[in-house]
Amino acid sequence: MARIRKAVPGVDPKLLVKDAAKLLPDPARRAFLRGGVSLGAVAFLAGCDIVDGPTAENALSKISFFNDRVQAWIFGLNRLAPTYPESAITKPFPFNAYYSEDEAPVVNGDTYKLKVSGLVQEKKSWALPELYALPQEKQITRHICVEGWSAIGSWTGARFSDFLQRIGADTKAKYVGFVCAEGYTTSIDMPTALHPQTQMTFKFADQILPRAYGYPMKIRIPTKLGFKNPKYVTEMYVTNDYPGGYWEDMGYNWFSGL
Amino acid sequence: MTSAAATIKKPKVIHPRWVRITHWLNALAMIVMIGSGWQIYNASPLFDFVFPRSIALGGWLAGGIMWHFAAMWLLVINGLVYLTLGIASGRFRRKLFPIRFGDLVCNVRDAFAFRLSHEDLSVYNAIQRLLYLGVILAGIVIVLSGLSIWKPMQLQELTALFGGYDSARVVHFLAMSAIVGFLAVHVLLAILVPKSLKAMIIGR
Repeated sequence: MARIRKAVPGVDPKLLVKDAAKLLPDPARRAFLRGGVSLGAVAFLAGCDIVDGPTAENALSKISFFNDRVQAWIFGLNRLAPTYPESAITKPFPFNAYYSEDEAPVVNGDTYKLKVSGLVQEKKSWALPELYALPQEKQITRHICVEGWSAIGSWTGARFSDFLQRIGADTKAKYVGFVCAEGYTTSIDMPTALHPQTQMTFKFADQILPRAYGYPMKIRIPTKLGFKNPKYVTEMYVTNDYPGGYWEDMGYNWFSGL
Repeated sequence: MTSAAATIKKPKVIHPRWVRITHWLNALAMIVMIGSGWQIYNASPLFDFVFPRSIALGGWLAGGIMWHFAAMWLLVINGLVYLTLGIASGRFRRKLFPIRFGDLVCNVRDAFAFRLSHEDLSVYNAIQRLLYLGVILAGIVIVLSGLSIWKPMQLQELTALFGGYDSARVVHFLAMSAIVGFLAVHVLLAILVPKSLKAMIIGR
């Protein structure tokens, strides 16, 4: 199996920040459609000029939402992401975010509380020792970034479906949303939240989750792209109102299932 | 007799309507898929180069992905229609087979001597047969490798067939390169033999 490690962009934080800055769109004009030559060819072939403007952007968003429904339809609770032996773990595992590693949030584990809200019976906050007391299991799975690179890691934590049961979450609700220490947000569909491999992760490679990988808690979802795996999670809520997310609101496909 | 009379009255159809429609829909889908694919490639290059931003569709990664996963529907649905009709109508069998090695050698020699005939557009020479068959296969490989990159969990058996997620990306890239290479030759020859372009537009 050819593994292309050298091109993993997350390895160089400086390069990454530069990339992120370049990738971040102008909020006023999201510039989905700029593309010079190829766009010209499309306009030529389509014989019209609708490809560059709000009409096309709107149409593309609609197709992206349609793709969400298709992906939800093919998603099954019994289909598991492949797991790997310890020897397959990628070292070093890349750091990736829209900021550099030294700008990653520093969360104080002693005062940390996971806030729980929305359509749940028990809205109490959870301190770290309480979370650590939940039954835990380990998974060695492949993390796949929306950018295309992938890396295999080892994550240990509690099944998210167990936690949802404990807090009496309405599992008929549509969405679970997450808020992170640095303000990052994302959200997932309930079937994915209940998937047996969706994990509240406390350890990476058998060590307490390091700051770079989301201390004190990340949500590991091997059935979704990396940006749907939030780190430094401080709040979660259950809702029927579409919550969107940081990258999703800028145009990444919401479901982003693997 | 009547068929002979009809042939005289009306030049024979080289490309039936379904071929022309699927051809141009495929051209549109391919250009969008290739341009947006370059945008996605640039986010995490497999090799030591990136595609110039001016020829990458979508402005940035999210835009590229949106175009890619919109045009994939057109590419796949149109491609399935084309393959189904091509097989059912017998067109593939008639036009693309047999490919004889001896013919291929002769054609290549003629091509380099600029003696390759394009008199009868309804009959493909051995080089054309090989290239058209090859690009159809590349089209199938690019869709299957694309599916295994998009859904490496849901379609993990397919992904494994390509040697895993990372090698499926390389296969996807190579299939794109083959199609772009074909496209360059294909467009160049259509310009050199304009009546072939006319035949693909009006059918004869």
